[in-house]
Amino acid sequence: MRIDVEHVAKLARLGLTDEEKKLFGPQLSAILGYAENLNQLSTGNVLPTSHAIPIKNVLREDKVIPCANVDDIMANAPDEADHMFRVPRIVE
Amino acid sequence: MNYETVIGLEIHAQALTQSKMFCACSIKFGSEPNSNICPVCTGQPGSLPVANKKAIELGIKAALALNCKIEPSSIFARKNYFYPDLPKGYQISQYDKPLATGGWVDIDVDGVTKRIGITRLHLEEDAGKLVHVGADRIMGAEESLVDYNRGGTPLMEIVSEPDIRSAREAAVYTETLANLLRYIEVCDAKMEEGSLRCDANVSLRPVGQKEFGTKTEVKNMNSFKAIEKALLSEEKRHEEVLEEGGKITQETRFYSEETNTTSGMRSKEEAHDYRYFPEPDLPPIEPDDKWIEEIRQSLGELPQKRRQRLIDQFGLNTESASILVYDKPLANFFEDTTKLYDKGAVVANWLTGEVTAYLKEKKKTIEELDLKPPQLAELLKLIDEGTLSGKLAKGVLVKVIETGKQVKDIVAESGAQISDQGELNKIIAEVIANNTKVVADYKGGKETALTFLVGQVMKLSKGRANPALANQLLKEALT
Repeated sequence: MRIDVEHVAKLARLGLTDEEKKLFGPQLSAILGYAENLNQLSTGNVLPTSHAIPIKNVLREDKVIPCANVDDIMANAPDEADHMFRVPRIVE
Repeated sequence: MNYETVIGLEIHAQALTQSKMFCACSIKFGSEPNSNICPVCTGQPGSLPVANKKAIELGIKAALALNCKIEPSSIFARKNYFYPDLPKGYQISQYDKPLATGGWVDIDVDGVTKRIGITRLHLEEDAGKLVHVGADRIMGAEESLVDYNRGGTPLMEIVSEPDIRSAREAAVYTETLANLLRYIEVCDAKMEEGSLRCDANVSLRPVGQKEFGTKTEVKNMNSFKAIEKALLSEEKRHEEVLEEGGKITQETRFYSEETNTTSGMRSKEEAHDYRYFPEPDLPPIEPDDKWIEEIRQSLGELPQKRRQRLIDQFGLNTESASILVYDKPLANFFEDTTKLYDKGAVVANWLTGEVTAYLKEKKKTIEELDLKPPQLAELLKLIDEGTLSGKLAKGVLVKVIETGKQVKDIVAESGAQISDQGELNKIIAEVIANNTKVVADYKGGKETALTFLVGQVMKLSKGRANPALANQLLKEALT
């Protein structure tokens, strides 16, 4: 199976050089090809599986617990202004 | 050519919880920027989401009120895209297995009832808030600042079937839904604060054609009125393009209230490719019958049913019954008052008239007033007994509301009422002298003439005469 490496790179916001495209394209296609082996199995009686472990309804009560390390989170901001994350122009 | 408009709406309603959808941060509106954030809602590596039980319950409650089927198993999914208000690079939403499907809501469009199908209701998290620097909106902004306080707030997304046929219906549908969600206490539904938001898919097709035309998605409508205006303007734009033989481009368009037009957002982004996949960190939601039944019990009587009951039981007109049920505390006040004073239509008139006008003027809710059902009932009884004229009663009502004193005390204090026979007789004599023709009519057997004369007494006394006593004295004077 061939993969549109340019489209995948764009979705992942990765800028690839022509050489990288040549390198990664076949690699990604090979991975997909390997996964295609699964198509040989008969899965007609298998329900789609979203989770491997049979657990359900893992919930928390609606209780506010303030976070202790907001400052640490803000410290991870590449840039900050007025206690907000500063980001470059979004739409050109 | 004649076209038919087809509209489907996506309503995002904020669930009335204390904490976020997948973490314990507060969702309080108006907090300092980035004060209600944590590793989960800012997408720090290794952090794990856990779903808020209350949010699930509110979602189920809303779905039941919308006659939806609660799915035996629903799962969360990651919707992948890049945008600065989304710290994880994906939004946790629901995709192919939503919480609930297949419901409906009846809307009342200018006297005609119409049923609008509900495709689905699912739960998701809200994104953060962007403040654009150097421009009012994203276009032209030099940079943007992100506040993640809102990020992770629980939302119920309610998707309608493309059953809506006009801008007016769209506005009525949204308002009906807002009133319903507020009534069942799952969302405060304030469009101006963003706790209820609406996106609309609009398309036109020649009348009689089965296939839908190409749709556009209209965003940024911040009131019921704006929905109607925006969709009328978008409908007109579609029609103009189609009439000229042009083609509608499928795109998202922003509505500007200032210009009353929609405009496309220039974007090099190709068709969205969200690559949804099951959220591995959140196990499925599988509500059992007992849980669903408990939530169903908590619904109580729904507003449309209650409205019909108020009409049947108390003989109210549709308009006052609607005003009452869309303000649940007001409807409760109404019913409590009727237990003490049985003329429902009179109670409704006062509540939807004087009281509602007062509440609007002072921007208050009925619960914030010192006026309670026993006082209103007492006031209305005093009018019936003739101790107070309707006009005086209005003044007394305002005083009760403003001072919190008892009705009897205010009536006594005001001394406004003329119950002195001598004084009343003087006024009556003057009325008789000034209305010889009406007096003759009454004496000739026209009973209704008396009502007019009592009215004249009230007028001359500037509403201060005790109406029952005036009535009695007038009768005596005329025999």
